[in-house]
Amino acid sequence: MSQALSVRNMVVTFEDFTALKRVSVDVGQGESFGIVGESGSGKSTLLRAIAGLVGFDEGSLTVSGRNYSGRKRDKEFYRTVQMVFQDPYGSLHPRQTVDRLLLEPLLIHGFSDIDVRIARALDEVGLGNGFRFRYSHQLSGGQRQRIAIARALILEPKILLLDEPTSALDASIQAEILNLLEQARRDRNLTFVMVSHDLGVVSHMCERLAVMKGGEVVETMPVEALEKRAFSADYTHRLLVASEGFRRG
Amino acid sequence: MTVTPLLTVDDLRVTFPTRTGEVQAVRGVSFTLGKERLGIVGESGSGKSQTGRAIMGLTPGHAKITANRLAFDGIDLLSAGVRQRRALRGRRIAMILQDPKYSLNPVMTIGRQIIEALRQHEKITHAEARARTLSMLEAVQIRDPERVFDLYPHEVSGGMGQRAMIAMMLICGPELLIADEPTSALDVTVQLEVLSILDKLVAERGMGLIFISHDLRLVSSFCDRVIVMYAGKVVEELPSADLASAKHPYTQGLLNCLPQIGSDRHPLPVLERKPEWAA
Repeated sequence: MSQALSVRNMVVTFEDFTALKRVSVDVGQGESFGIVGESGSGKSTLLRAIAGLVGFDEGSLTVSGRNYSGRKRDKEFYRTVQMVFQDPYGSLHPRQTVDRLLLEPLLIHGFSDIDVRIARALDEVGLGNGFRFRYSHQLSGGQRQRIAIARALILEPKILLLDEPTSALDASIQAEILNLLEQARRDRNLTFVMVSHDLGVVSHMCERLAVMKGGEVVETMPVEALEKRAFSADYTHRLLVASEGFRRG
Repeated sequence: MTVTPLLTVDDLRVTFPTRTGEVQAVRGVSFTLGKERLGIVGESGSGKSQTGRAIMGLTPGHAKITANRLAFDGIDLLSAGVRQRRALRGRRIAMILQDPKYSLNPVMTIGRQIIEALRQHEKITHAEARARTLSMLEAVQIRDPERVFDLYPHEVSGGMGQRAMIAMMLICGPELLIADEPTSALDVTVQLEVLSILDKLVAERGMGLIFISHDLRLVSSFCDRVIVMYAGKVVEELPSADLASAKHPYTQGLLNCLPQIGSDRHPLPVLERKPEWAA
């Protein structure tokens, strides 16, 4: 399997604080890869460093055979890699209509047949054309996340970075969004890198996962190992207990 | 239960006027609560939070509340005056909100805001209030209460902030605690710690608890009894132990939609929403 994305010894520092301490991750073409860990473990920073939203100081990043460093990314990168953020209330421009939101990436990358693409993108995420001229405040949380997914998919990327795409949503809406993402991955043969603190979600969506803690990858394993409890790190065990819910006593 | 219940809610309705007509957020909710743990579950917009807010007296002024009866320990909450509601709120009925980032006062130290809550209701000296605040912070398992006392909310983690919130709400020894999504904003590992602290304190101090959440599994593991709400109405009420035998398709849907480790269900079952359930 060829590598879609490869991170080698990545170091990210914020002033005196080292957020990522030599993290290495390989994600194969068409694979769905999960990253779990608690707040502050560096899982979101890893995703943001890949996307170029924060710069990395050391190490290397290879995406589809091209090398990137720091926080510079070219247009080609964003044609390949798109990101969906955690909070659909914060990631959509409040004063732009859905139409305008979806138009912007198409203009930047010089697409033609814009009208058709927007209509198709909305259709694909299960929202009709009736949503096209609404503002984000007129949408529910689940609908907003669908728009965010539509915005990411409209450029026909190969890799989707998902930063806790359902943690701001109700359990019932979560199921719908997860199904939508799986469908999109099947249809377009996408590669997923998905960050979540919920082991249940990751085990549902991903084939392999990395467990992060304190800026380091504690272990990497296939999802089956999680089901069989075949992992070594104590921290993974704690996360697993937590995902099983509250028990008295 | 033969004794008068702590809380009686009978046919509660909360209506908001909007430009396009009235919106009924809560449409005829009835239940009684003793010294027990009751869970209220539903999706966003099901009216679960508005039910809690109506009991607490935090419904916005322009909304209209009606009920056959809304009574706390024999006091009719609907006819009670502002002053009386104020005396109840915080002292006998307390509420834990979802996100400590927004619900704590950002420009006051944690210690000062807990003392403020305490001295609002009890005439005690500052020294005594401080001592009680410190012991309350200890009760919510904050290891170094003296240090946390002088910190501002932005200087502590979410889990720590939520513990401070619990400390503030329990310091007056309320008889009824309403917890509105108390752990949704927290990390999974921290969630369990906060829940077990809450669980222990509620059991020790013997209060009634209303636990509001969208997570049916969490609620059922925490509460004795669960009310499931849909579109402002109660669709099912059942003991947590009998959850597996829930009859209403909506309750079953809420139970099934969560992804679980080791179960291979692709795609996940999604929730059906039928208009006749809301009728």
